[in-house]
Amino acid sequence: MSNENSQGEEINHFRRIVYIWIALSVVCDLLFWFLVGPHVPPGRMTSSAQGDQLDFNILFVIGLPVLIGVSEWLVYAAFNWNAKKKDTPESVGGPRAWGNKRVEVSWIIVTSVVVVCLAGFGIIELVALQGAGGGEGPNPIWYPHGAIQAETAALAGTGTWSPNSNDVLPVQVIAQQWKFTYRYPTFGGFESSELILPDDTAIAFNVTSLDVIHSFWAYQLEVKADANPLENNVAFTRTQQLGNFVVRCSELCGLWHGAMFNYGTVVSQAAFEKWATTTEAANAANTKNLAPFAWTYVPDANGAAGGYYPDGNVTPYSPTEIYGSKQPS
Amino acid sequence: MSKGGRLAVVLVAFLAVAGLVVYGVAQLLVPGVPGGVVNFTDTQAAGQPVHLTVQTVGSIGFGAHPTWVSYLVKNPHTGKWDHDTSWELPANTVIDMTVDQYDSGSPLRNQEWGQVQGTIGDHAMLNGKSFQVYDSYTGNGVGHTFAVPALNLSVPMVGVAGNPCAVAPCHFNSPHNVEKFSFKTPGPGSYNWQCFVPCALGYLFGNGGAMSTQNYMGGELEVVAS
Repeated sequence: MSNENSQGEEINHFRRIVYIWIALSVVCDLLFWFLVGPHVPPGRMTSSAQGDQLDFNILFVIGLPVLIGVSEWLVYAAFNWNAKKKDTPESVGGPRAWGNKRVEVSWIIVTSVVVVCLAGFGIIELVALQGAGGGEGPNPIWYPHGAIQAETAALAGTGTWSPNSNDVLPVQVIAQQWKFTYRYPTFGGFESSELILPDDTAIAFNVTSLDVIHSFWAYQLEVKADANPLENNVAFTRTQQLGNFVVRCSELCGLWHGAMFNYGTVVSQAAFEKWATTTEAANAANTKNLAPFAWTYVPDANGAAGGYYPDGNVTPYSPTEIYGSKQPS
Repeated sequence: MSKGGRLAVVLVAFLAVAGLVVYGVAQLLVPGVPGGVVNFTDTQAAGQPVHLTVQTVGSIGFGAHPTWVSYLVKNPHTGKWDHDTSWELPANTVIDMTVDQYDSGSPLRNQEWGQVQGTIGDHAMLNGKSFQVYDSYTGNGVGHTFAVPALNLSVPMVGVAGNPCAVAPCHFNSPHNVEKFSFKTPGPGSYNWQCFVPCALGYLFGNGGAMSTQNYMGGELEVVAS
């Protein structure tokens, strides 16, 4: 990969390309990391959002040199090895590159190391962030400290949460055509159309559906979990910034799927406690009519009144259980 | 055939196929045939409340799906009941809504919708009596809700015994409940409204049919600058 210039000096094109590539990559990576990186979606409202932002930035910082290298190679080749030049040297992709074991081995090693390191990094992020905000199903493999106790207490109706307690807050997300509602089992199990969360708190989202498959997607929280009937899909995150976020359904679920969204807010712990206790009291008359808190609810195919919604014996749902019954163990 | 002629044939054929594809996709995206838009913006002086009257019927009794449950609206210009569920309303205006509920009810799948939400005063009037929460396990249950999700507005429509009215519009002499409530429209925009009771008889879990077709149990509030 060298030839002589007009003065008879040998030019090492490869070395020149590598030097340019290193310089450009370092500069662009640094610029991206410090100027763009902190603003890359989904932001840093939660631990999982910050983790995903870090992942995106890492991927970009690794990918950017590849983009630069390929682009540089193309530009360099176009200017230096085009056919209009006299004594055009053999292109670096030509016969001399074939069978170049050093190049081949280097390429395999470098790309393998990059892929394996990224896979390892991804696994570490997944574990460290307790599922990275994704739904882990009804029996999560990774969970934050205190989650099992909080979830168990929530189901038993004995859960508590207060500011500075560092307790995990279970929140149930109930999807139905075409709106999400939320139950707070540690506050009497009231249900609300609003999703209000306390800051600096580990949240256990328990996502289920009363009818078809929906998907709970709080983008700024970087939480996404499918909402399936008769399934409790658990996702964890930890809030770390005040602000508003959007909740959308990301599973095509029928006529008004596009309108199935609402807004949530992360507020201070004190403000959350005030809101929760106030709403608990305000909704008390209706809360006593709600189904007993459970991880999933049985939408009765026959209708609670009996025979109203014919099931045609084609559903897995019980024809006798009614909405609100706890699942058999 | 000349080169230009062949090109024209290919172009026309391409446009024809593309047109068919677009038409087909559009048909899939718009289930049912949306009705017209009933205009309520010119029925009263600016700043005054708009009176909006609707009725819910167990079976519409006519059209392509005579057995389907539906809402009808009283046209403020003709005084007749129209089978249209898109209503043009002025922005930032109080809407005094009256619902004549002629349909039966049952316990709610999610009792959350038994609570009146988003109305002025967070209450509604049922046959002249104020209420905030209706226990759907009592009486005739709840037949429907009138809900505008984007406004967090939801009012349960308490059911009547049986379905005495088989063909819409139902006559005032038929047994029914009268519910009244008020809400304020937001700024200009399109806001869908719907029923949260899976009330489509004959469809799996009651979610198909009238629940998933425009102009029956859902529609749009087309809110325009007043």
